[in-house]
Amino acid sequence: MRPVYALSGGVSKFSKARPDKTFQAIVKEAYDYAISDIGLDFPAFTNIVDGSVASYFSDHFSRQLMAGIMAQDYLGLCPKPSHRVEGGGATGGLCFQEAWKAVASGHMDVCIAYGFETMSHVETWKGNEFIALASDVSWDYPVGGFYSGYYAMMVTRHMKEYGTTVEQMAHVSVKNHINAYYNRYAQKRNRYSVEDVRNAPMVAWPLTRLDICVMSDGAAATILASEEGLKRLEEAGARVARPLVRVTGIGRGTDAMRMADRPHVDYETFLNDYATEQEKSSDDTRKYYKELWDHGTRYPGVHSFRAGRTAGNMAYKHAGIADPLNELDFIELHDAYTSSEIQTYEDLGLCRYGEGGPFAASGKAHMPGIDYGVSLEDQPICPVNPSGGLIACGHPVGATGLMQAVFALWQLQGTVERHFGDPRLQIKDGRRGAIHSHAGTGTYVTVSILESEA
Amino acid sequence: MAKLPEKRPETLGGYIVHGVPFPVETDPEAMAFLKRMAPLQIEQDYQITYLHSYGQDSPWFAAATQKKLLASRDPESGYTYATPRGHDMYSGAETEWIDITDREAKVHAFTVCHFGSEEFLPDTPFVLALIEYEGVNTLFLTRLMGLDPMAASLDWIGMPVQPKFLRNSKLKPTDVYFIPA
Repeated sequence: MRPVYALSGGVSKFSKARPDKTFQAIVKEAYDYAISDIGLDFPAFTNIVDGSVASYFSDHFSRQLMAGIMAQDYLGLCPKPSHRVEGGGATGGLCFQEAWKAVASGHMDVCIAYGFETMSHVETWKGNEFIALASDVSWDYPVGGFYSGYYAMMVTRHMKEYGTTVEQMAHVSVKNHINAYYNRYAQKRNRYSVEDVRNAPMVAWPLTRLDICVMSDGAAATILASEEGLKRLEEAGARVARPLVRVTGIGRGTDAMRMADRPHVDYETFLNDYATEQEKSSDDTRKYYKELWDHGTRYPGVHSFRAGRTAGNMAYKHAGIADPLNELDFIELHDAYTSSEIQTYEDLGLCRYGEGGPFAASGKAHMPGIDYGVSLEDQPICPVNPSGGLIACGHPVGATGLMQAVFALWQLQGTVERHFGDPRLQIKDGRRGAIHSHAGTGTYVTVSILESEA
Repeated sequence: MAKLPEKRPETLGGYIVHGVPFPVETDPEAMAFLKRMAPLQIEQDYQITYLHSYGQDSPWFAAATQKKLLASRDPESGYTYATPRGHDMYSGAETEWIDITDREAKVHAFTVCHFGSEEFLPDTPFVLALIEYEGVNTLFLTRLMGLDPMAASLDWIGMPVQPKFLRNSKLKPTDVYFIPA
């Protein structure tokens, strides 16, 4: 595999509804931004790009099959190669990695990954029904198909196993919403308190409306290229910022669609198959886990995302990361629920399984220099969702994983102020970040590592 | 030869639009003004009846009509699935049916849905739960009745429960639900 660079990106501002444009034209907003950010015009880029990957989740939302090709032709990319990827909430992350593969393999020198979703065409509760159809329609959906309910069940088990509290979950919501306050791309820019989160209407106990992301219309696009592709773009007049940002690791994992089917493995299997290298090498951590297992914990059950741990371990190995908390400068992760951000801290090895709740409230995942209105014991180490994440930015499913890629790229380029119109979310001297994309209850999870060549 | 129709029939159904604002003259200035037009939105219906097959899982539903709960088991390892699977995940072998109706069961995880998908909104608030059975390796998703949904508590996890069956089977997984034992 050869080096792959993330050169540029664009995001349409995510909104509750965008009736002013069709989905193709919304994709074009993100696409045009990505092109113009490297100083190229539309025909020049069209002439050079080798192909694309399209990302959208549900044909139901737009009552339109083959929407990918409709975006492809609207963007003037026919007859160049393209395909659509779909994997629930992880669709955007999968798309990014498919574009990476196209370039890394030598099949393309310049590939654009674009994604979108228009979720406003149906009412919220019909939208929830569409999303719930991404659960087993024989066994899960008919019982009361509702993804917020599924995640709520996962977190009640997490709370029971580890003592995680609703206030710790609320800290995630407060953090991400306040981060988004400084991000003009975010759908929700509100300052909330822990009390606001807990006093919001209950959706699926114990998750309130402010523990859960909203539905959105939006699009995002990212340009990936090989060294040869970069050369071709620059010869055509592109101005690509230095230092370059390279995609240095990708990882993916999966798990059973039905949560009920997830295994409950013993301590030895966990240690051999799932523990991070850091966990395996620590006497203290092995002892900690042995005690958990002695008290009845089994893995992953429904309280942890085995796919997330698998994807993280794979991406870390690829990128040569041994201590993710200290070797990653930030993470944009899939916080469709505050609970899943906490579970993902553990999957990604930022803390041990069972420690996600206290980690959320510690301050280690917060941004430096931002007043969250809460007392935090620790200094920031690895900000998580500096953009505001899905909870505040919105979650137009097919665009979300690519939005994360674009925001991560801007962090590593040091261009957050230019794009967000505010410098406060710029991580100083950020050299390496991770993006994490996650589908229904952890069925597909992708982790990709982006790194500045500074 | 009969005269072929040259007009599509005008109907009174769907959208009948009169007087949508539009410039009288289609001069360049008016055409440029169209860029400021608000979007037109129409309703599109989509309704389909599927003939869904439970395939190899069908005996589970037949058993539920007789107030029996079945599970699938790998014949060699004994790994048992509370939610049926035709083949074992680990051996790849075809599973066998076993009766777990009288096994001890308890709540593994739960939630109270105060909102839901459109189809289930009339049921809210309702309790969703994953049930674990003695000697069974995987869980079963169900509705939990007999508990106050407004008094949700983590203490519900671990609570012994027992199955109840609908008298009039609907051939759905909701033919069985659980109540505190």
